[in-house]
Amino acid sequence: MAQNREYFLRKMHSLLGVIPVGLFIIVHFGVNYFSTRGEAEYNQAVNFMENLPFRYTMEIFIIFLPILFHAIYGIYIAFQARHNTNNFSYFRNWMFRFQRISGIIVLIFMAWHVWETRIAAAMGQEVNFDMMANIVENPVALIAYIIGIVSTTFHFANGLWSFGITWGITVSPRSQQISTYVTLGVFLALTYVGVASILAFV
Amino acid sequence: MSEKTIRLIITRQKDQDGKSYKEEFELPYRENMNVISALMEIRRNPYNAQGEETTAVSWEASCLEEVCGACSMVINGKPRQSCTALVDQLEQPIRLEPMRTFPVVRDLVVDRSRMFDSLKRVKAWVPIDGTYDLGPGPRMPEAKRQWAYELSKCMTCGVCLEACPNVNDKSEFIGPAALSQVRLFNAHPTGAMHKAERLNTLMDGDGGLSNCGNSQNCVQACPKGIPLTTSIAALNRDTTLQSFKNFFGSDNNF
Repeated sequence: MAQNREYFLRKMHSLLGVIPVGLFIIVHFGVNYFSTRGEAEYNQAVNFMENLPFRYTMEIFIIFLPILFHAIYGIYIAFQARHNTNNFSYFRNWMFRFQRISGIIVLIFMAWHVWETRIAAAMGQEVNFDMMANIVENPVALIAYIIGIVSTTFHFANGLWSFGITWGITVSPRSQQISTYVTLGVFLALTYVGVASILAFV
Repeated sequence: MSEKTIRLIITRQKDQDGKSYKEEFELPYRENMNVISALMEIRRNPYNAQGEETTAVSWEASCLEEVCGACSMVINGKPRQSCTALVDQLEQPIRLEPMRTFPVVRDLVVDRSRMFDSLKRVKAWVPIDGTYDLGPGPRMPEAKRQWAYELSKCMTCGVCLEACPNVNDKSEFIGPAALSQVRLFNAHPTGAMHKAERLNTLMDGDGGLSNCGNSQNCVQACPKGIPLTTSIAALNRDTTLQSFKNFFGSDNNF
């Protein structure tokens, strides 16, 4: 396997972005949406997630390690490109560029987000409605959250589109066109869920 | 002679290690000029727009009918063939630059050797040599032949590599042209006998198929209208299946 390392790493990068990281994002956004139903229901959902059996094992193997690999290899990929949207201002070339920009934004956002929530929780702070409400009380933090959420949903939706090509699922131009529409729908739906959830804390 | 003139700004470079600089030219307008005939005019009368004598601009050309790919250069920001770049259809001043994705030899002349090396790397041919007459190969359906003909129009001109954001000095990406040739020769009834070998080459080492970032500039830029992104996606499917065969399959994975 040593010879075709790059092919293997690239394919893993594409796969892990969708399974499990993409699925994790959907679950995470879904649970967050409890915030729109009020404090009590949100705290109950958080409590349920916190007390899942095998929580640490699942966190490590389904969340932390795949994201870590995807992020580190993603930085390498992002900085390998020389962008040329000035001369080639086509839709897909812009998406190519945004995919790399959003990836870096998500990485920075995530580092901050994990620091403020997961690491704070590990230090003994209680995770509940008030924790998030305190964070987004600051309008700068709220804007940062919205930018982070939209970057995440874009990166996931557009990544889903290229996942279809990378694995040879959407080969014909027609199927790639339809997949553009479908992933646009995924982007809009997830963005709505994410932004509505964060605004519920305000 | 008419008073009308055309203006060109050419990015020049003395040799491989030379520094690039811009030189402006003003030529008398003639009807139906292309970029090549403008460059020929400079060769005939090598004076720049300031009236100073200069060296003639170097460029490459061969067929003059957009089938050889030799005269590719960046014209007003877009890589294309200079033989089919008609002056009447171009915004002035016409900016000519070499395709800097490749090593610049002099002025507008670039060295596209890497593309020919790539074709060798993926064995973009149908092997028919043997110690005896192998006889006729299997026949190809006419519909498939017509489809394959489109892929065979590739003239290794380098425009798709120039347009690709992932083909650059920081990456070893082989580029769309050679990838599409793999699909062409894997589809050929005799070429298909080496299908697995070509697919394994694309999965092997750095700069193979997986370096494609799906910016899809190549298919927009290709002067021959070759469905490059379809080729890449089709090869993604083929290599995915081949890698499963290699790992999970038996030792008979050709």
